[in-house]
Amino acid sequence: MSATLAPAKPAPALPGLAARARDFVKACFNGPLNIAISLACIALLVWLVPPLFRWAVLEATWEGTAQSCRQNAGACWAFIREKFWFSVFGLYPFEERWRPASMLAILVVMVVASTIRRFWNRWLLLGWAIAAPAMWVLMQGGVFGLPYVQTRQWGGLTITGIIAVYGLALGYPLSILLALGRRSKLTLVRWFCTAIIECVRGVPLISLLFMAAIMLPLFLPQGVTVDRLIRVLFAYTLFTAAYMAEVVRGGLQAMPRGQYEAADSLGLTYWQKMRLIILPQALTITIPAQVNTFIGLFKDTTLVVVIGVFDFFTTLRASLGDPNWLGFPTEAYVYAAAVYFVLCYAMSRYSQRLEREFRPGAR
Amino acid sequence: MKLTAFAAAAAAFLAFGPVEALAGRDLDQIRQRGVMRCGVQAPSNPGFGFPNAQGVWQGFNVEICRAVAITIFGDPNRVEFVPVTTQSRFPALASGEVDILSNNSTWTLTRDSNVNRFNFPAIVFYDGQSMMVPRRLNITSARQLNGATVCVQPGTTTELNLADYFRQHNMRFTPVVVADLDELRRAYDSGRCDVFTNDFAALAAQRTLLSRPQDHVILPERISKEPLGPVIRQGDEELTNIVAWTVFALIDAEEMGITQANVEQIAASSTNPIVRRLLGVEGNMGESLGAARADYARQIIRTFGNYGEIYERWLGERTPLGLERGMNRTWNNGGLLYAPPAR
Repeated sequence: MSATLAPAKPAPALPGLAARARDFVKACFNGPLNIAISLACIALLVWLVPPLFRWAVLEATWEGTAQSCRQNAGACWAFIREKFWFSVFGLYPFEERWRPASMLAILVVMVVASTIRRFWNRWLLLGWAIAAPAMWVLMQGGVFGLPYVQTRQWGGLTITGIIAVYGLALGYPLSILLALGRRSKLTLVRWFCTAIIECVRGVPLISLLFMAAIMLPLFLPQGVTVDRLIRVLFAYTLFTAAYMAEVVRGGLQAMPRGQYEAADSLGLTYWQKMRLIILPQALTITIPAQVNTFIGLFKDTTLVVVIGVFDFFTTLRASLGDPNWLGFPTEAYVYAAAVYFVLCYAMSRYSQRLEREFRPGAR
Repeated sequence: MKLTAFAAAAAAFLAFGPVEALAGRDLDQIRQRGVMRCGVQAPSNPGFGFPNAQGVWQGFNVEICRAVAITIFGDPNRVEFVPVTTQSRFPALASGEVDILSNNSTWTLTRDSNVNRFNFPAIVFYDGQSMMVPRRLNITSARQLNGATVCVQPGTTTELNLADYFRQHNMRFTPVVVADLDELRRAYDSGRCDVFTNDFAALAAQRTLLSRPQDHVILPERISKEPLGPVIRQGDEELTNIVAWTVFALIDAEEMGITQANVEQIAASSTNPIVRRLLGVEGNMGESLGAARADYARQIIRTFGNYGEIYERWLGERTPLGLERGMNRTWNNGGLLYAPPAR
């Protein structure tokens, strides 16, 4: 960014670090207003950073017990250390934790592979088709000599990952269908999709989760049970789809009429037109809005605590109730914020890269 | 004539008897499943129920559930702990998601009524809303708090009780409402309010987190009654009995001085018939209750100790919470715990 602040004189092809720094400093102090703003910022940093650094690093306790933490003034990272694995695996049986660990590894590999455009072919789909059930079986067990672990015991970062990835991956295609359906010429389809979108979007996620987890069993016939996590995933997927559908519809509406007419004049069928002409453009121009919604929905996964699912954030709040470690909420929240920030920032950076790749001329 | 009447009665007994002899619907379901589902407070409740670093539930309420599992199955591990939040606990119990709640729910008429159809077999902890003030204010009674600024969580019965108490005693107060308990404590610690109110157990836990805990006192008044205990669905007498007599066994054991350490020795040597019956040495109390074993109480005490030992392990003076026993002493020590005799 600093390069854009440089004066518009003919500069060397690649300005060195020193030159860029000099330009940056110059840009910060080139007038009374900028000087005032820069000085205020420096004062703020001097006022904030040293105490923060002292708290987080210099006087922090990195290992030991709550007692040793209380003797030091700084942050108690020993607390996070003690609860780290709990925050990753939650209530999953401790001696079986290699299973969520390998599941997380597969999940990360699959997600990373899915972000690379070179892999966007049917092999990736096949990979997901194998990995998704495999991860579920690995977690649940009951076959191949793996002890059975109920979904209610899954927790921590593992369950956050499962809900986010499965929910967003299943909700995304559904959202495209809903968006197309809402613009369909078939009245019934249009009404149906509009009703779903408006009804799901019109209630808070909490009430959807509550309905799925607690109220639904009351309406199901005796003896019919659907696993609670499946119900939660269903609610979350539906919610994702309803929100994304409106983003996608925005993209569809932004397409010039000429694009539709050109596709029609080529004699393409409806699905060919959508798949080859309209959707690729509509989805591309809505990438920022999509990622915005994605990030919001990802953070919404913390709401599953209301029905007693121990997601990542809940494990930390539960750790605050350990009587041996009372009184370190700041550390727990800082840790949670850091993890969520890293994940959301990664999504944001990735979307920026996608935008560049898809529309090299637009920037 | 007499004989035919007898035969008819016998036939009727044979036809309907076995159905009557079966346990209640919920207890049957628990036995069939082979495991009891126990709802515990999510995310956690210091001392009462919290997951340790390995994700294993621990605490006072957790051991109450495990004790009930001993009575039903003879095995403390046949319990599944299901985290429930304050909002989801009663729907979870009503829908059968859990068999029993052990999460510090207050026994109230509304919850016990035919509308909500819950059942509170026994009280395991007598709590009550209290007020904490800085020692330097030299206040000894809540009646001296006219005009005080009070830190309170919004939207709870705590806020309602507070308003009721002050109105009842013709006093005025300024509330400082903060939803998050940690934030609320900081507000009190930094002097934004004179009084911090919450249930006694929670207040004592919060006191340990103040910058100078010894500078604060909890006033003697309990402005509300909060009897806490396990909750089940209404309509299963057998399960009610089992939960109640599990708790009673813990209390009776403390009253009679039976501890984890001496239970076997007392069972072998005691001549007191009440002790011998409680520990299953004589009589068939366990069987008539529907417990898995005649000596269920002995097994519970061997595993967890009596009420006092469980209390001291998770809540008592030597724990970080440091809760005094207060009302939760046995009746012969000046408390409210009074269990019917095992005979």
